[in-house]
Amino acid sequence: MTSPLDQKKIKVTGPVVVTANRVDDGAVIYRRADGAWTEQLAAAAIATDAAGADALLSGARDDDLGAIGPYIAPVKLALDGAPAPGNLREAIRLGGPTIALPAAPPARVAEAAHVCL
Amino acid sequence: MYVYDAFDRTLVNERVVEFRDQVTRRLSGELTEEEFKPLRLMNGVYLQLHAYMLRIAIPYGTLSSAQLRMLARIARRYDRGYGHFTTRQNIQFHWIKLAELPDAMAELASVGMHGMQTSGNNVRNITTDQWAGVAPDEIADPRIFAELIRQHVTLHPEFSFMPRKFKIALGASRHDRAALRIHDMALRLHRNAAGELGFEVMVGGGLGRTPYLAKTIKPFLPKRDVLSYVEAVLRTYNQFGRRDNIWKARIKILVHELGPEAFAREVEAEWQSVKDGALVLDDEAVAEIAGRFRYPDYKRLEDASPQLMAARRADRRFDAWVKNCVFDHKIPGYAIVTVSLKPEGGTPGDASAGQMDALAALADRFSFGEIRVGHEQNLVLPHVAQRELPALWRELEPLDLAVANVGLISDIISCPGLDYCSLANARSIPIAQEITRRFRNLDLQRDLGRLHVNISGCINACGHHHVGHIGILGVEKNGEEFYQITFGGKADENATLGALIGPAVPYRQVADVVEDIAAAYLELRQRPDELFIDTVKRTGVEPFRERVYAAR
Amino acid sequence: MPLVENGRIVADRYRRVADGAPVPDRVPVIVTAQRFLAEADTLIRRDGSLGVEWPNDRRVAELKPWLGHLALIALNFPKFRDGRAYSQARQLRETYGFRGTLRATGDVLRDQFHFLARAGFDSFDVKKPADARVFAEVLARYSAYYQPGADGRIPVLRRRVPGADTAKSRQTL
Repeated sequence: MTSPLDQKKIKVTGPVVVTANRVDDGAVIYRRADGAWTEQLAAAAIATDAAGADALLSGARDDDLGAIGPYIAPVKLALDGAPAPGNLREAIRLGGPTIALPAAPPARVAEAAHVCL
Repeated sequence: MYVYDAFDRTLVNERVVEFRDQVTRRLSGELTEEEFKPLRLMNGVYLQLHAYMLRIAIPYGTLSSAQLRMLARIARRYDRGYGHFTTRQNIQFHWIKLAELPDAMAELASVGMHGMQTSGNNVRNITTDQWAGVAPDEIADPRIFAELIRQHVTLHPEFSFMPRKFKIALGASRHDRAALRIHDMALRLHRNAAGELGFEVMVGGGLGRTPYLAKTIKPFLPKRDVLSYVEAVLRTYNQFGRRDNIWKARIKILVHELGPEAFAREVEAEWQSVKDGALVLDDEAVAEIAGRFRYPDYKRLEDASPQLMAARRADRRFDAWVKNCVFDHKIPGYAIVTVSLKPEGGTPGDASAGQMDALAALADRFSFGEIRVGHEQNLVLPHVAQRELPALWRELEPLDLAVANVGLISDIISCPGLDYCSLANARSIPIAQEITRRFRNLDLQRDLGRLHVNISGCINACGHHHVGHIGILGVEKNGEEFYQITFGGKADENATLGALIGPAVPYRQVADVVEDIAAAYLELRQRPDELFIDTVKRTGVEPFRERVYAAR
Repeated sequence: MPLVENGRIVADRYRRVADGAPVPDRVPVIVTAQRFLAEADTLIRRDGSLGVEWPNDRRVAELKPWLGHLALIALNFPKFRDGRAYSQARQLRETYGFRGTLRATGDVLRDQFHFLARAGFDSFDVKKPADARVFAEVLARYSAYYQPGADGRIPVLRRRVPGADTAKSRQTL
């Protein structure tokens, strides 16, 4: 997947979230509607057009102390509106490595097993 | 191995103090990420998919047991209990928090380790043959010169902001175990007709989007001139390497665009102004560094052949291990032992903290406290007395460190890939794991013989797939993982870039394809001892391609 | 942008003169490379210190004939990552023996101070005032360097060898 950080022009063709890495520990985080960050994709603000995405993104970019390299990532929406990662890269970012780590929390590995390829 | 003196320690400690200050300024907001990023890169701190990654240099692949124990401690205390040995003789930790990095670095500094220049547009870890200093076919220990060059390029005022990274490898034997020709610059130690010691200088190698093999620009450089000549090459690159396009910024592009002869002339002209100055390596300077390399106090041992033969006859598994993992040493009665980090279903090059601690203890007991890291992502115990081999093997086995697959199809070289790396297009580790499962039968592996599989998760080629006997490159097609298969690459003194075998295959089929290739080889080889790579050379790619793509 | 020399923020004695504008006498001036090369003979005869701004993608060898007449050469870092001027600085100091002022301009940040000083710069057009204020402190951060540099420190390689001929660390001309 070409790095999303290479995005120049925002093109939104479906639901998207803004995601980044946390400064403290590099953990994957998602932008919430109230401007805070969360590790839970379910709590992320979802934008459905370029204007909404742009608004989320510019707020995120201003938060240099909280987040590194925010960008727009696609999500798939379930019938109840719950977001799921929109591609493999995002699935791995959310779920962690798809291989068993020596000390991996079991929940994360299980999530990764649901990755749609 | 090289022992730090007060200067070396001071330099590393001061670096930690500086980095601690930079982290503080980042966390307080005084430094933006844009300003902080190049600073953290200069200390080997990357941001990957899930976390920061710390890459620690293991200069020319040599580790003391104290250092290995410290790596185990870092893994336990700051990371998730394991580390990953890379194709450049470094180690990576994938989960360290930013605020804890200065403490981790301070602990590493206490044993003379650091992440300086393991990232950034500077001269990276200088690598060499993991058998340096003990190989029977070696001219002289190249690590002396690797250390001299390492010091010279560390925090070098002129070469810390080059167009791109610069990778140097040293070799000292005719048989190239350090993959010299895929480096930006390679220096091969040898003697000229008059018996003088000097270097063949090769420049412009590199894999990635546009792979090149390095060209010889100076067949013999006297050893006294090596620092000044390296300076001239780096200065030429710093001034004329492209800065307009990140994909064309390596020295291989400059050498290709100018042509090797024109490039060599540019270097020669620049060299005239530095060759007789402060960088001349007189015997005194070389002796001073060489004097701080500690060599083992080898005992006068006899060849342990009769006892060894008996032990091998007595235990089939021990015999297989000796045959595969044990190599001749230049000192009689000693042996070089390769420790495979490629167990079935494992991640190539990973070692747990427990394994690292155990291996450090074994190094103390059996290898004069020294361990080596190879670019094939295996470890080496370089000074084992032959008569101790049975005892060593009995200790390695329960640690899962005695897998007798060195150089065989399951001894896979692989980058971390999309499971970790933000540059990747596809995963590499699960591919490697599945291949090791398909070929779990050691008898089959031995029948297939020497067969190097290299896997890269993207075109940056950190898995060196271009020079694998079988190279596997992950690409993305319509959001799915696909893999290009290349054939016939070689990383040794007959370095060759592999050729594409056909259209990319999807993730689910890669292990099947490798099985088909192995089956085809067994069918096509003229004799059982015709190596895979030689069969490919003889028959060409076509017969393999037919079999692989017949049903696809 | 504050100018740092001798470890302190100082006023700039030099005046940058635009191409085409008249060059005042008896005042230190800096002119562009184009102007210098076009008017070298006149400029070097003028009364007053002369400085030139040299682009980072031109060989400094071109300046060799006039080095004795130049009081200052300003080299440029368009972005701090573009390190070509480090090579230019070392060549001016060590290959051509330039003894005048070498000024670093452009994206000059505190984390490059020690590289700049050791490459031969002695005048720093620092981007951020906060960085300029801590210049001396930052330089004191490292006490040992491996390789010979232009800041006069004896490199570690030589320091270790007792009775080493420190004259070997002198720049060649």
